[in-house]
Amino acid sequence: MLIETRPYKKLHFGISLGLTVFYSSAVVVIPLLGLFFHSLGIGVSGILEVFADERIRSALFLSFSVGFISAIINLFVGFLFAWVLVRYNFPFKKLLDTLIDLPFTLPTAVAGIALTTIYSQNGIIGSYFEPWGIKIAYTPIGIVIALVFIGFPFVVRTVQPVIEELPKELEESARCLGATPFQTFYKVLLPELWPSLLAGTGMAFARSIGEYGSVVFISGNIPGKTEILPLLIVTKLEQYEYQKATSIALVMLLTSFVFMFLINLLQERASKKLS
Amino acid sequence: MKIDTRNPNLKSTISAILCIFLSVMSFSSLASEGTFLHVSFDPTRELYEEINKAFLKEWKSKKGNDFAIQQSHGGSGKQARAVIDGLDADVVSLALSYDIDSISTKSGLIEANWQKKLPNNSVPYYSTIVFLVRKSNPKKIKDWDDIVKPGVAIITPNPKTSGGARWNYLAAYGFAKRKYKSDEKATEFVKALFKNTSVLDTGARGSTTTFVQRGIGDVLITWENEAKLSLDEEKRSGKNTLEVVYPSESIKAETPVAVVTKTAKEKGNLEKATAYLEFLYTKEGQSIIAKHFFRPTDAAVTKSSAKEFPNIKLFSLSDLGETWESAQKKHFADAGVFDAIYKTP
Repeated sequence: MLIETRPYKKLHFGISLGLTVFYSSAVVVIPLLGLFFHSLGIGVSGILEVFADERIRSALFLSFSVGFISAIINLFVGFLFAWVLVRYNFPFKKLLDTLIDLPFTLPTAVAGIALTTIYSQNGIIGSYFEPWGIKIAYTPIGIVIALVFIGFPFVVRTVQPVIEELPKELEESARCLGATPFQTFYKVLLPELWPSLLAGTGMAFARSIGEYGSVVFISGNIPGKTEILPLLIVTKLEQYEYQKATSIALVMLLTSFVFMFLINLLQERASKKLS
Repeated sequence: MKIDTRNPNLKSTISAILCIFLSVMSFSSLASEGTFLHVSFDPTRELYEEINKAFLKEWKSKKGNDFAIQQSHGGSGKQARAVIDGLDADVVSLALSYDIDSISTKSGLIEANWQKKLPNNSVPYYSTIVFLVRKSNPKKIKDWDDIVKPGVAIITPNPKTSGGARWNYLAAYGFAKRKYKSDEKATEFVKALFKNTSVLDTGARGSTTTFVQRGIGDVLITWENEAKLSLDEEKRSGKNTLEVVYPSESIKAETPVAVVTKTAKEKGNLEKATAYLEFLYTKEGQSIIAKHFFRPTDAAVTKSSAKEFPNIKLFSLSDLGETWESAQKKHFADAGVFDAIYKTP
């Protein structure tokens, strides 16, 4: 007797693959290629010339540094959230779990305006910092807060299932063999969680680099100080300088790609070590 | 024929066909026909809602038929780009003639001589740049000279991203140029102005929010209609924290309109589009414009709404010896004056 384990036929595969390829090329591949060729119009030297501008370089530095800082914060905050959500039971847990996805669904401009309201000098939180001479909105600190807000679901949602999957026995046996809670966490749990933490942080980082909507409201957009790369792209578009805009985008894309690639390598290595 | 939905083969075929059908549908609906689209900039939304109602009423009484007008609002430059990239606008009304010129030169949808087609260089209404300050004017701001003094915090949007902000910039520049009779002094002046600016929002509405809601800054440089709108809003919510200050001299911010001839012709809307823009110049259109705090160009309506619009000395861009093209190149393009302001500390 022939046992069919999966009742799918070749035809289905053909259609699903066809649709996948069609949609991914229409939505991702062709636009990205367009971006690539559009910016190549000014040549490699033209692209480099765009980045000779000090303003663009300082925006590049700002975007990547605040992106990095916020990703690191998200690594810790996101991990903590995921841990609490999996390991503890408390009232309104389901509600908190749902709230975490809000940054995904909320238009980022709304988040930006709300955060600016709270953190500006007469806002609910900002007014407490004002007497100490600490400004949050319209400084890089404000940008980091906005980026933490939009990025942390990435870490939570990638780590959460992995924590759920961790067998209880792993910790129990570690404790039985005499490990302290810290040793159990550091030597037994963390190696298992590393790959997913890296993946989540990488995604949060990549998202931060490109974030525009929430940041323009909270950053103040002062050239050389709080001006981010996506804003400069918009600036170039406003001047009908499509090629300069796309070349900034291209460099952002390539840099993010390299970062993601490195993170993936690290992740792979971490998982290999596990097995 | 009975469709057996249990048959997975048929089911997936149907869903595949449906997918393709839906995507084709959504593509074809982009090429909309039989609609009338007006593409405009941000602060004119309420104005044109009222204009449209009045115009359609008049159109119906004259021609006997009805049609719907769709409005699209956004930043002026962004809207111009959308039209260049294929948004099917029949008419455009933007914040600067530079944006309409760009549509004309980059897409050819509008004739080069568009500005000659309607009265008053195709400018049915205009506005000017004024100051909004805190109640009782604690920093004693009376004129442009007062806002560049050290210790005054200015809020103005970024001229790189906002068409309206370019008028703000040119108002300050023009004032200094006319007063000190030198380009260099004028550049120094705007440099001092932006030194006093701590937040550069991407659009005019953002700046208003920063100043009014967040309480940041001593003075907001803004369009007269935006300032009056803020006062109106405060009045309605029972607050009274703001004051408008008219400087001794300011720029005439001319906001032009144009028929997107090629598109309108293709869609068979040319007659409607022309009549629509001409309506803006009628008594009725002009009174609606004045009601929404834009300055009318019609002499009689100007007279009857004089109370709303104090008489201040206005200079135009051409009084500064500039066209939009030259101003754009000199001040706002890459390596222009605005970039230079932020280059040297």
